[in-house]
Amino acid sequence: MSIEIRNVNKHFGTFQALSDVNLDIASGELLALLGPSGCGKTTLLRIIAGLETPDTGSIHFSGEDTTDVHVRERNVGFVFQHYALFRHMSVFENVAFGLRVKPRGQRPSDAQIKQKVTDLLKLVQLDWLADRYPSQLSGGQRQRIALARALAVEPQVLLLDEPFGALDAKVRKELRRWLRRLHDELHVTSIFVTHDQEEALEVADRVVLMNKGVVEQSGSPQDVWDHPASPFVYGFLGDVNLFHGRAHEGLLHLDGVAIHTPEHADAQNAQAFAYVRPHDLDVQRYTPGASGIVATLSRAIVVGPIARLELLPVENNQPAGHDPLIEAQIPAQQFRELGFKEGETLVVSPRKARVFLQPQAS
Amino acid sequence: MNQNNIRTAQRGTTEAPWVRYALTGIALVFMFLFLVLPLAAVATEALRKGWDAYAEALREPDAWSAIRLTFITALVAVPLNLVFGVAAAWCIAKYEFKGKSFLTTLIDLPFSVSPVVAGLIYVLVFGAQGWFGPWLAEHDIKIVFAVPGIILATIFVTFPFIARELIPLMQAQGNDEEQAAQVLGATGWQTFWYVTLPNIKWGLIYGVILCNARAMGEFGAVSVVSGHIRGQTNTMPLHVEILYNEYQSVAAFAVASLLALLALVTLAIKSVAEWRMESELKALAELPPERPTPARGATAGIAN
Repeated sequence: MSIEIRNVNKHFGTFQALSDVNLDIASGELLALLGPSGCGKTTLLRIIAGLETPDTGSIHFSGEDTTDVHVRERNVGFVFQHYALFRHMSVFENVAFGLRVKPRGQRPSDAQIKQKVTDLLKLVQLDWLADRYPSQLSGGQRQRIALARALAVEPQVLLLDEPFGALDAKVRKELRRWLRRLHDELHVTSIFVTHDQEEALEVADRVVLMNKGVVEQSGSPQDVWDHPASPFVYGFLGDVNLFHGRAHEGLLHLDGVAIHTPEHADAQNAQAFAYVRPHDLDVQRYTPGASGIVATLSRAIVVGPIARLELLPVENNQPAGHDPLIEAQIPAQQFRELGFKEGETLVVSPRKARVFLQPQAS
Repeated sequence: MNQNNIRTAQRGTTEAPWVRYALTGIALVFMFLFLVLPLAAVATEALRKGWDAYAEALREPDAWSAIRLTFITALVAVPLNLVFGVAAAWCIAKYEFKGKSFLTTLIDLPFSVSPVVAGLIYVLVFGAQGWFGPWLAEHDIKIVFAVPGIILATIFVTFPFIARELIPLMQAQGNDEEQAAQVLGATGWQTFWYVTLPNIKWGLIYGVILCNARAMGEFGAVSVVSGHIRGQTNTMPLHVEILYNEYQSVAAFAVASLLALLALVTLAIKSVAEWRMESELKALAELPPERPTPARGATAGIAN
C-alpha cells in the first residue's frame, strides 16, 4: 500500500516538530526516516500511525484520505521503541491480542488464532518462548515478539520506531539483517525511524533525511551518500572535516591548496566551505613547497585495518567555534610504511571534497 | 589472602552482630508495646466476663445495628471510591492537561483536612441551617443525622486511598502499552479491561483494602454528621465510644475487638496477595533462559 504525506505541520507548544513535510512512499518499500534526535522523525511516524494528529496537512493511504481515521481503524503495525509488550500476558497472548480484540464478527476461532500465532512465532524464530512473559526475554527477543504482535493483524503498513535503538551492537547487527530478509519475504510497506546512519544505509531501500522538522533529502542509500544535497546531509551521513576558503571560477582556495569545484564555476571570490571525508585526505610528510595544509600529527589511532590520524593545522585560521582538528584516515599498512610519528609535521591535501557556497548575508 | 579479601568485603556491607541484634530488639519491643499489647488488651477485656457476655454484647440490638450500618457504609463507599479513584488516577497518570497539579492537590485534600472539618462541611451544606437545608426539608430528604450523611462523610475521608495508590503505579507504567493496544485495534474499554486493569491489579487490591479499613474505622467525620442516634445512625466506632462512656467496658471492648479483627483480616489478605504475587514471579524466574534444544544453528535460517 502506498502512502502520501501532504504538507504536514505539527507543533508542540511553541516547538515546530514538522514543517510542511511532503513525502511519497511506494507500496512495498522499506523506508528509513533518518535524522538527529528532535528532528521530527518519530512525530512523523506517529502521525502516519494515527497516534498523533497533524495540525495541518493530510495523510493518504493508497490515495484515500486517512487523516481523520482513528488509529484503531488504520490497520497499521507499530513497533514501539521500548516494545510496549503487555507485561502481564504471555508471549502467546501478546501476539494473539490483536486477533482477540477484533469485533465478534471478524474474530477468528480459537483454533485459527492458535495456528496464526504459532506461525508468527515460528516466523520470528521464537515459538519455543510462547509461554514466557516479556520480563523473561532478552532485548532482541522482545523486539521480535513486538514485531510478531504487530504482524498478527496483517497490517497494510509496518511502522518501527527506533527498532534497534535499545539493543547492544552485536544483536543490532543480526536483527538488521533479519529485518531486511523478513521484509523481502513479506513485502509489506515498512517505515522505520533511526538516528543511526549506518543502519539506515544498510537496511533501507530509500533513506529520508530529516532535520529540524524538514525533509532534507530523500533517495537510495547510494544516492544520498554520493550526492548529499545539503551540508547537513553530508555531515550527518559520516565523519567530515570542514575547511573554509574562497571559491573563485571553479576553484576553492584553502590555505596552501586549491580544489576543483566545477559546479561553482561562475562563483566570483565567494565565501565557501568544503566538506572532506577523513578517507578522502592524502597525508604526506612535510617538504618545503609542498601543496596542502601543513599540520602536526597530534595523535594516531591504529586499531584494525584503518589508521585514524588527528592533525592540528599549524596555521589555524578557522573561524571561532570550529574545531580546528583535522581527522584523516589512511590504511594502517600505508601508515606503517610511511612511519609517521606523533608530533611530526605533515601535509594534508583533499583528494575529493564537497564544496558549498556560504549563503550571502547581504 | 583470598579469604581475607572476602571477609573485609562482608564487613563493609553489614553491621556488627550486636548492632543488628540491638536494632532488631528495639523494633520488636516497640512492636510488642504498641501493637501486640493493645490488641491483646482488647481481646482480654472483651472476654473478661466469658464468651457468653461477649456474644451477648454483640447480639444486643444497638450493637447489631451499628455493625450493619458500618458494613452498609463500607459497601457503598468502597465501590464508589473504587470507580472515582481509578478514574482520577487514570486521567492524572495518562493524560496531560491544564490544572493537573491542582487536581492532584485536590485529591489529597481529605488527607490534609481534619476529619472533624470534613464532617462539619456536610452539616454546613446539607444541615437544617445549611445551604440546601430548607430545600431538602421541603422534599423530605434527610442527609445529615442519617445514613446518607454518614456515607457521604466516609466517601470524603476515604477518597484519596485508591487514587493515591494507583497514580504513582500508573505513571511509572506510562501509556505505551495502551497505545500498543489501540494500534492493534482494541477499543477504549478493551484497552482498559485487558491492558490497564491487569497491570494495576495488585495496587488496586491494596488500595481497596486500605480504603475499606478506613471506611469501617472512620470516627471523626462520621461522628459529626451521625447525630449519635442509637440503633439508627451509630457505626461501630461511634458505638464503642458510647459504650465506653457508659462504663460498659466489656460491651465496648467486644465491639472494638471486631474492629481489631477487621484490621487483622485486612493484614492477612494483604499478605496473601503479596505472597501470591511473589510466588507467581518466582515460578516464572525458574524457567530456563535459553532455548532448551541444541538446535541453535537451525534458528539462523528464516522459517517460512
